[in-house]
Amino acid sequence: MKGKKINSNTLLLLITIGLFVVMYAVGCVIYSSKGFTHLQTFLNILINNAGLLCIACGMTCVMLTGGIDISVGSLVAMDCMFLAVGMEQWGLNAGLLCVLVLLIGLVFGLVQGFCVGYLEIQPFIVTMAGMFFARGMTAVICTDQVSISQNAFFVGLANMKFEIPFGAYTNSKGVLQVPFVRLPVIIALVVLVLVFLMLRYTKFGRSLYAVGGNEQSATMMGLNVKLTKLKAYMLSSFLCSVGGICFCMNTMSGSVRQALGLEMDAIASAVIGGTLLTGGVGNVIGSFFGVLINGTISTLVKTNGKLLSSWSSIAVAALLCFFIVLQSVFAKMKDSKK
Amino acid sequence: MDNHVVLTMRGISMTFPGVKALDNVDFTLRKGEIHALMGENGAGKSTLIKCLTGINAFETGEIHVEGIEGPVVNHSTLDAQKKGISTVYQEVNLCPNLSVAENLFIGREPKTKLGTIDWKTMVKKSEAIMADLDMNIDVTQNLEEYSLALQQMIAIARAVDMECKVLILDEPTSSLDDNEVEKLFRLMNQLKAKGVGIVFVTHFLEQVYAVCDRITVLRNGQLVGEYPIDALPRVKLVAAMMGKDFDDLASIKSDESPVFSDEDLLIDAKGLSHKGTIKPFDLEIHKGEVVGLTGLLGSGRSELARVIYGADRNQTGTLKVNGKEAKINAPIDAMNLGMGLLPDDRKAEGIIGDLSVRENIILALQAKRGMFRLLPMKEQIELADKYIDMLQIKTASRETLIRQLSGGNQQKVILGRWLATDPDFLILDEPTRGIDIGTKTEIQKLVLKLAKEGKSIIFISSEIEEMLRTCTKMAVLRDGAKVGEITESLTQETVMKAIAGGGTNE
Repeated sequence: MKGKKINSNTLLLLITIGLFVVMYAVGCVIYSSKGFTHLQTFLNILINNAGLLCIACGMTCVMLTGGIDISVGSLVAMDCMFLAVGMEQWGLNAGLLCVLVLLIGLVFGLVQGFCVGYLEIQPFIVTMAGMFFARGMTAVICTDQVSISQNAFFVGLANMKFEIPFGAYTNSKGVLQVPFVRLPVIIALVVLVLVFLMLRYTKFGRSLYAVGGNEQSATMMGLNVKLTKLKAYMLSSFLCSVGGICFCMNTMSGSVRQALGLEMDAIASAVIGGTLLTGGVGNVIGSFFGVLINGTISTLVKTNGKLLSSWSSIAVAALLCFFIVLQSVFAKMKDSKK
Repeated sequence: MDNHVVLTMRGISMTFPGVKALDNVDFTLRKGEIHALMGENGAGKSTLIKCLTGINAFETGEIHVEGIEGPVVNHSTLDAQKKGISTVYQEVNLCPNLSVAENLFIGREPKTKLGTIDWKTMVKKSEAIMADLDMNIDVTQNLEEYSLALQQMIAIARAVDMECKVLILDEPTSSLDDNEVEKLFRLMNQLKAKGVGIVFVTHFLEQVYAVCDRITVLRNGQLVGEYPIDALPRVKLVAAMMGKDFDDLASIKSDESPVFSDEDLLIDAKGLSHKGTIKPFDLEIHKGEVVGLTGLLGSGRSELARVIYGADRNQTGTLKVNGKEAKINAPIDAMNLGMGLLPDDRKAEGIIGDLSVRENIILALQAKRGMFRLLPMKEQIELADKYIDMLQIKTASRETLIRQLSGGNQQKVILGRWLATDPDFLILDEPTRGIDIGTKTEIQKLVLKLAKEGKSIIFISSEIEEMLRTCTKMAVLRDGAKVGEITESLTQETVMKAIAGGGTNE
């Protein structure tokens, strides 16, 4: 047993990272003429998926407790609609709206967390109710598509460019292209680092693992399981609202049909990143790579240009199967070792 | 309170709906002793423990813990832990997905100045704790990487490190092998030397005599007595648990046992086993023979029968039925070989309450025929009437729902169910439990009658007299293993001695 430091969970994470690297390298080779090798391609994946990354971080925390949160996609739609209508029709201050959105997220999560933790209702049912509620509220706020163009402050935030001091190149027209990221990427990466540290170094973070590992044991060891669950759902909805703001900065609009199925993307990213649906195992680093893989697939399909965009769903489906089978194989191996 | 006493429970009573689970029970635990709490299943051991740890609320009585003024009432396990009473259960209550160090410290992790978890200190302290208990393991590995025994000991280490005065071990050894048990005992003795009072709940007699200083025996929710280990040899312990005063037992002479030849051999089991429930055993059953399985509750009686029947999959050895090797992977295979099993828990495994008496009777036969060959209604009615009549089942009609029948009559319906499949071999697990004396006698007579017709029967019962009356051979089980067979001089005395087992204490 000694010397063998890598356990199967670390191995799963390494496989995920390896898969991303291989996938990206293949893209670089096949589509080098279409600019896949430029740093900006990678940064665009980050820009496009910044919102998803925030949401996936929250989702990972909930999944660690053995739960699930399928309300996040609708919540993002509600956040975006609230921001768009608030700025365009009500003429409210963008900063105030962002704070309100975050508060809505906290309250939304509090209610869901209370139902799951203290009333002991199935997370799937609770968050499904949340999903319908948020989607419905989006339509109540406004049924039209609303674009954000008037609010100078928010438009300014969304258009902010953070240039990267390396990786610049001159394009065919002789213009120097400096790679850049936008504000959502910075936000998402900060979220990622904070959640990572929280999971590793705080009592709450470790409690999430304990609850997911064995709820009864966690109770017996003196942890407050109900409160831990409540906090997990609050965190998820809060991070979802952060993600919603990031998402809005990308789309600059609110619409009832926005972010449909985003919750499934978040769950898929977490699963591909090695988070077990049964709880207790997983890490946001894995989810980060899960998001990147998701983004790389759709970028590959887009770069190809001829493939239907549905092919990216099929690729994600195949990957999910692959990882779930891999996980159960590892679990079996672990059992037979005993 | 005596200086050496860490825990006293006085006059504890509690009732579950309809049952007096504990009736005025006393229990005293001294510093640095290992105290066995013994009794058959349902005697009230677990209930007593649960009253102590706050899982169950008791109605009357008082608990005193050393160093705490006044009576103690715990409302949760956590509550009890804070008062120095830790419990380690049969199932390890730790998180398999966390490291050993975390399992030792979760909920009370050492913190850095920033208020974050100090992993370095946690690992260092954990290593010290484990080294203190002579366990040199990598504490940064996940708990699930280690064997169940080690996990069990880590659970104990956690309990001990929380400075407990009273350590309750509730059946900690039932999933451990001999080697692992040995390690656990060493740990228990170390803790004893440190002055911890240990309550050891187990049904393994051997283990009691290997480590314990004192025994408290419960029976039917009542205290039988507290004895120093030397004052209670095995046979007396068994007698105390079963409620028979050994000296007063009248020896009943058994009838001359019939002789069976090898040609009549129906079941020939060699080295069958199921991991964790029953160790490898041999068993021969002839045509027309009634074999009794005896032993304390939990000694593996039902488990042995379950392996033969395929309810638990056999993992080693061979089983010959009628001289031919048989592969029994599931009960349906056994049924097709002409076996039937009357389970001991008829509520959970036997009756289907919302079906009628008729439907319950034809159930096994229908299952044997397969789903698509429905038994004609006329035949169903005939069969139902035949067994209602033969077994004298008291029911309003054959279409009455079985749950409306009394326990004894339900039992007869299930017996009828198996007789309807015309089995060659029947396993009756506690067929007479919870039914009145008249019906009991009827069932015993029926068993003898079936045997005379050439059917072979395994008869499992807690009542030795009953088995003496019906069985021609008894197999004795102890601690999940078949330890012997008695064919000659079947008396209460020999059987009880066999159940108690040999050893230095006799």
